[in-house]
Amino acid sequence: MTPMKTAVVVFPASNCDRDMITALEKITGQKPHIIWHQDDDIPDVDMIALPGGFSFGDYLRCGAMAARSPVVRKVIEHADRGGHVIGVCNGFQVLTETGLLPGALMRNESLKFVCRDVHLKVENNDTPFTNAYEQGEVITIPVAHHDGNYFADPDTLTELEDEGRVVFRYVDKRGQAGANPNGSRNNIAGIINRRKNILGMMPHPERLIEDAQGGTDGLGFFKSMINALN
Amino acid sequence: MTWNNNVEITDALVREHGLSADEYALCLKILGRTPTLTELGIFSVMWSEHCSYKSSKKHLKTLPTKAPWVIHGPGENAGVIDIGDNQAIIFKMESHNHPSYIEPYQGAATGVGGILRDVFTMGARPIANMNALRFGSPDHPKTRHLLSGVVEGIGGYGNCVGVPTVGGETNFHASYDGNILVNAMNVGLADQDKIFLSAAAGIGNPVVYVGSKTGRDGIHGATMASAEFTEDTEEKRPTVQVGDPFTEKLLIEACLELMSTDMVVAIQDMGAAGLTSSSVEMASGGGVGFDFNLDMVPQREEGMTPYEMMLSESQERMLIVLKPGREGEAKAIFDKWDLDFAVIGKITDTGNLTLTFKGEVVADIPTQPLADNSPEYDRPWVRTEPKAPLGEVAAPADMKQALLDMIGSPHLCSRHWIWQQYDTQVMADTIQKPGGDAAVVRVHGTDKAIAITTDCTPRYCYADPVEGGKQAVAETWRNLTAVGALPLAITDCLNFGNPERPEIMGQFVGCIEGMREACEVLDYPVVSGNVSLYNETNGTGIHPTPAIGGVGLLQDSSIMVTIAPQAEGEILILIGETKGHLGASLYLEVMEGREEGTPPPVDLALEKKNGDFVRAQIEAGNIAACHDISDGGLYVALAEMAMASNMGMTVAIDGGNIPPHALAFGEDQARYILSVPKNGADTVLEMAQKAGVMAQTVGNTGGDALTLTGTAPISVAELLDVHRGWMPDYMSID
Repeated sequence: MTPMKTAVVVFPASNCDRDMITALEKITGQKPHIIWHQDDDIPDVDMIALPGGFSFGDYLRCGAMAARSPVVRKVIEHADRGGHVIGVCNGFQVLTETGLLPGALMRNESLKFVCRDVHLKVENNDTPFTNAYEQGEVITIPVAHHDGNYFADPDTLTELEDEGRVVFRYVDKRGQAGANPNGSRNNIAGIINRRKNILGMMPHPERLIEDAQGGTDGLGFFKSMINALN
Repeated sequence: MTWNNNVEITDALVREHGLSADEYALCLKILGRTPTLTELGIFSVMWSEHCSYKSSKKHLKTLPTKAPWVIHGPGENAGVIDIGDNQAIIFKMESHNHPSYIEPYQGAATGVGGILRDVFTMGARPIANMNALRFGSPDHPKTRHLLSGVVEGIGGYGNCVGVPTVGGETNFHASYDGNILVNAMNVGLADQDKIFLSAAAGIGNPVVYVGSKTGRDGIHGATMASAEFTEDTEEKRPTVQVGDPFTEKLLIEACLELMSTDMVVAIQDMGAAGLTSSSVEMASGGGVGFDFNLDMVPQREEGMTPYEMMLSESQERMLIVLKPGREGEAKAIFDKWDLDFAVIGKITDTGNLTLTFKGEVVADIPTQPLADNSPEYDRPWVRTEPKAPLGEVAAPADMKQALLDMIGSPHLCSRHWIWQQYDTQVMADTIQKPGGDAAVVRVHGTDKAIAITTDCTPRYCYADPVEGGKQAVAETWRNLTAVGALPLAITDCLNFGNPERPEIMGQFVGCIEGMREACEVLDYPVVSGNVSLYNETNGTGIHPTPAIGGVGLLQDSSIMVTIAPQAEGEILILIGETKGHLGASLYLEVMEGREEGTPPPVDLALEKKNGDFVRAQIEAGNIAACHDISDGGLYVALAEMAMASNMGMTVAIDGGNIPPHALAFGEDQARYILSVPKNGADTVLEMAQKAGVMAQTVGNTGGDALTLTGTAPISVAELLDVHRGWMPDYMSID
């Protein structure tokens, strides 16, 4: 089995970088490379993670400043070569700001920060990030964000739905709609690009990989990438 | 604006600076001449109640502060305790009451920022935020706005810096209508050989300013926090600082990166009274002088005067003494993090703080007398009159409804509306989230974990300060014990009214007395703290509120328990003696609208015996769940366990002569409920008997309803509905 080589990008005020690094090391058995946002040289890796946090304080639109960092051009080149990219929470916001994924993350409908465990339905397990889950499986993953209200125009939403690119959707514990923590369109929690190598999601799989953390439903996300590599 | 440093120092100007005639005379004696305006400002903030503890220090000195595991007690930026393996926990709680009332979002946010800096300035990575919040009556027109703003401010700051806010407490009482309390606590983790102190050393060493630029915000904040509120308090809005959590996050990373080298001699955050108190503390602590060129201070606004620079409470700033010749290396770190870095002066052997501005010396003060000879008052005080014991309390019309009313009241309802606005899990080491007896975070990469709680029962402190002070300490100890942790030490945040009133001073002295006793018996010293006085509006003081933050250690985090029973058929065991004490109880307040009687007495030896037994049982792996019994008594504790597990329970207790409602809602201390796997119950009961601990089987878990003696069954779903309903409903009304 080929060990998965990974890297985590750190922007000023990323704050889930350590959590992502810890999770990747635990699951892949290898320390990820850490890439500072001003680096314009990135190592040859299988997957690059854009972690959660408040890059540049999110004083402008969330992720907008980070999307213009020098390192992001290199992340785009990595994706163009077919490399995997994940963006979690603030990382998802950065991916939409760069245009690598469509749509935008608006302020939560409640106008308040929300941190709690949510249920997600795996809507497409035929991706490098979800193959370890069952199709339609309901998993529990925490969210923690102020701006997770996914928005896209109706044509884009139709396209995402028709192409099976809505990967995770907020549901209740029985798998039914009606438990949306932020008001996102179509209860969208995570989407993927057409080429299926770039995924963005608001929930934090890296926070739920050990029983002590309250569950291990986040493990499948990382195991999927290892499966995909092999 | 023309600025004159040499204005005539009139009596009116002295008074405006909050200095008494005697204090001003002392100032003249120290200087040997009339102060300049800048110097007057410096004396004013350094000798404010907030910075000098002049009314409280006589009494604070009586608190126990030592134990073999205490590395640094009070006097440093935060307390430091040993958790083994060369690791230390650094923690403190501090008030930000006055600013939070005036501007709740920024007041609370900067409260979090300030306490974070107190902890990371000592070399610790902050790993958990906690808080203790008190608001006025829910009926007061300002309460919603204040609650909403404070919670958003705490979340806004803590979430951005990436430190989990793992718990706290929130109370409502009319005594806080005009003075809310926002007490923020932070806990950090450091290596024992990498702890940094503030005492400056090394004549000629460079003194460096890092972080945000200095603006005009917060000027005289410390003085504001040392006076009562009056009708024109709203005008003080400009004295509230503005927080920038993004810069704080960068500052944490940059300082920790700098501290991982060997360049730092001393470091101090700029908190209350900003550049003034940080420089005076560093210089006086090291017995040296500082020579500053104020032109070098990074400034946010044009035309700032030395007076403004020295008194500004702009946030996210630190003062650092570096080893000589290391300025370039240090600057490179702060450049990487896009933070200001300016050498503003050097250490001298004069012992004076000498400030130069545009070539002119504008202040020259000997720091040792300024810091050490600050006024100390033995304020007159009177002992709080004991309350008359409570007579008989009528039974409620319906016990089931009484329990629902209790758990659905503002005092006991679920706080999830608050917690969900805090990132409770960032850093991925939170293993017990808010809602239990104590929050628990793992010590990253080890088997160890730290338990943290904040507690105080102000209605007890009001009824009897000594018992209330004891109880506040004992309750934190019990809460840490209930998750399986060994309680190690506390930080205190002492919130009281105007100390110039003997009855208020009496409350203060009484609470300290009770706290001292509890700390001694429980072997649980005070290692840091803060005093907030003058929490009064137009002559009405708050309930005495000595908020206690307790910290405990779990050597093996896997033994931790929560309040949630794990399976059907577990046996419920009540530890401790139930007498049905309803004096000063929440039942009396919620059901009868009365605040009368004496609080439950705290038998500290019994607390220790019962608690040590409970902890030993948890450590031995005999316990599935544990909950301490506090506000609302036994039935409330049982209901909370049922709700946490989403599972019913059946309980039958013979209360003997105790009336059913006193049995259900009495607040006798030193009690716990254990939920024990069926086949282990006999062992636990036997061990209790051997230890001389009162223990009785009261029921078992199972089903989907809570069935209690004398009470019609209540489905857990209904309990949850009522419990979770109040706060979201209340906050949704515009």
